[in-house]
Amino acid sequence: MATRLQFENSNDVGVFSKLTNSYCLVAIQGSTNFYSTFEAELHDVIPIVHTSIGGTRIVGRLTAGNRHGLLVPSSTTDQELQHIRNALPDSVALQRVEERLSALGNVIASNDHVALVHPDIDRETEEIIADVLKVEVFRQTIADNVLVGSYCAITNQGGLVHPKTSVQDQDELSSLLQVPLVAGTVNRGSDVLGAGLVVNDWCAFTGLDTTATEISVIEATFKLQGQNSSAVVGEMRDALIDSWA
Amino acid sequence: MEFVPAPAIHRVLCADCGDPIVPNSANLCVNCLRNTIDITEGIPKQASVSYCRNCERFLAPPAQWTIARPESQELLAICLKKLKGLNRVRLTDAHFIWTEPHSKRLRVSLTIQKEVLTSTILEQVFEIEYLVQHGQCSDCAKLAAKNTWKALVQVRQKVPHKRTFLYLEQLILKHGAQKDTISLKEVKDGLDFFYSQRSHAIKILEFLSGVVPIRSKTSERLLSTDTHSNTANFKFTYSVEIVPICKDDLVCLPLKLARQLGNIDPLTSLASISDLVEFIVLDIEPSGRTHGKWVMADAQVALSGAFRSTGTYEDDRMMDYETAASTNQIFHTRTHLGGILQPGDAVMGYYLSNTNFNSDDFASLPQDRIPDVILVRKAYPNRRKKNKARGWRLRSIAKEEGEEGETSSGRGAVGRMGGRDQKKVEEDYELFLRDLEEDPEMRSAVNLYKADDAKPGKAGPRNGDVNARKKIQYAMDVDEEPIPIPAPAPEVDEEEDEADFPEVKLEELLENFDDMTLGEEDAHEE
Repeated sequence: MATRLQFENSNDVGVFSKLTNSYCLVAIQGSTNFYSTFEAELHDVIPIVHTSIGGTRIVGRLTAGNRHGLLVPSSTTDQELQHIRNALPDSVALQRVEERLSALGNVIASNDHVALVHPDIDRETEEIIADVLKVEVFRQTIADNVLVGSYCAITNQGGLVHPKTSVQDQDELSSLLQVPLVAGTVNRGSDVLGAGLVVNDWCAFTGLDTTATEISVIEATFKLQGQNSSAVVGEMRDALIDSWA
Repeated sequence: MEFVPAPAIHRVLCADCGDPIVPNSANLCVNCLRNTIDITEGIPKQASVSYCRNCERFLAPPAQWTIARPESQELLAICLKKLKGLNRVRLTDAHFIWTEPHSKRLRVSLTIQKEVLTSTILEQVFEIEYLVQHGQCSDCAKLAAKNTWKALVQVRQKVPHKRTFLYLEQLILKHGAQKDTISLKEVKDGLDFFYSQRSHAIKILEFLSGVVPIRSKTSERLLSTDTHSNTANFKFTYSVEIVPICKDDLVCLPLKLARQLGNIDPLTSLASISDLVEFIVLDIEPSGRTHGKWVMADAQVALSGAFRSTGTYEDDRMMDYETAASTNQIFHTRTHLGGILQPGDAVMGYYLSNTNFNSDDFASLPQDRIPDVILVRKAYPNRRKKNKARGWRLRSIAKEEGEEGETSSGRGAVGRMGGRDQKKVEEDYELFLRDLEEDPEMRSAVNLYKADDAKPGKAGPRNGDVNARKKIQYAMDVDEEPIPIPAPAPEVDEEEDEADFPEVKLEELLENFDDMTLGEEDAHEE
């Protein structure tokens, strides 16, 4: 189930939120619209944490995590760290990372088993990632972009990658991740998938500009409605006829 | 053999319509991009062009009216200039789509390109419809309102003949000073020049002051005023008076004034060219002093025709003298023409002893010091008798000869409009032409044109040889004793006594009389 929403007139919901299978981080905002949308979907299923990271609202871009753990950058204050620790279930490990590339959300893309990271990331950070998130770590690029976290969104069901990712790259990444990958867009043609989309194994949140076609691709890719991938074509046709009607 | 699959073609779905497309920077298919982004935004789809139906010109913004044929480059340029937003896009093609002329519509098809998103260039073809608004251009409006002139230069010379104006006209033509004149009108004692701008009038005023001594006065008349914008609309009139003294006029300076010399302000001419009388030189003897080409000489002259046996002389004026006692009298006088005159020559002069002047200055001169005769210039009476057609002609400023329709022959601006005194005007013009013929210096200041029917040799092949010889002779030295021409043909003996006549040479004439006129008209149209 994919939901469209906006954060203060911005469609880049992935910047202001982090969604995994076991928790959700949401940036602090004047109104609670953004938070409420998440709450409506995730209430009583996983904890939704209202927090800032290092005093900023761009929590989605600064943190990286999966079902097993959460990595926060060195700029995170002790108070924030304590707040998050208190809000997260005990099963989720929380670790502050001393990494030069401090926007962890941009340089790490992970599901519960595998993580793709920026090629220049520290070896120590790599080890921390492997330990905390309990994943295999691969240094990769996506369509020649080093910011793997920005240009793809992956779950245990599937992954959406930058639209210009070549078929060979997709095959290679797919074999690393062991999930099917689809090249796609969000927010009506935007290629920064990590910023426009937050997704876990059963729901997704995208920017308000995301079109029906994109929603259908997202839902098919991440198997959000129990569909198999061949349904994409049918969905697409419907959307096509829809937009022509 | 192993199966090698063809490389899979990489596609994404268009975000809007879901069509599989090659990913681009917008990730939209071309159709969706066109649907959502209109690069023609900001360019008006309808516009109008102004067209003056009187002169059939289009308004090229901001204020120029140009002639443009339908579907021409010029018209396209005018149309494109009308579009405001075109500078924000790249125009790759523009052409007219045919429309029925009476529809007052022009349709232009444009192809433009514009970068819409990062490095996505979209091309679009669209049509613009122009409404041709019929109107009047400012020139035609002025013409229709008969409010054509803004400045008027009234040139006057209070003399009984028109020589100055005829000469002035030629000077103006030579220097192109009439360029901005929109109209020319003959009035008593002068001409009116009309201009559309004040600066043009000032220009001709300066030109006039450069060529003739003038006195001018300015006046202006308020047409309209706008107190809000503090602007006013004036008509300017320049009254120009040319000094009423002409070449060859007789002037009397009071004794005192003559002594002061240089301060020659209240000059009035006693007698002018029309009062000249023809004399015959009997004897001439240079008395030594020379100044330029002038040589002081003592001359003995008698009235022309004085020694004829019978009164068969045709000239009316001469008839009077024949009855007078002084007809056969020989006058002794002193002249400046010593270098030019030869015994037997005809000469024009003022016959003072036979003339009354209403001048106190003249009356106050001691009678015994007034010469009987003052010689002014050499005359060529034999030349005139032959009534030879001229091989040259002059141009005229006046263009509207057809409008008033009175004058038939091509004359100057003076006398053309309506002809106040036709006979006198013709006379004046003839005299002016003679002046030109006889005075190379004066001729050099004006443009002479070849007459259409001018024969190249001026005379037939019979005596062309002799003519050529004469020209050479003149070219060498005018005032020299005529070199005897060997074996002259019997017909030319008459011409021989006019050997030093300053012939209008072919080299002095300009070609293309008609072409020039045409070009001039073109220049006026603009």
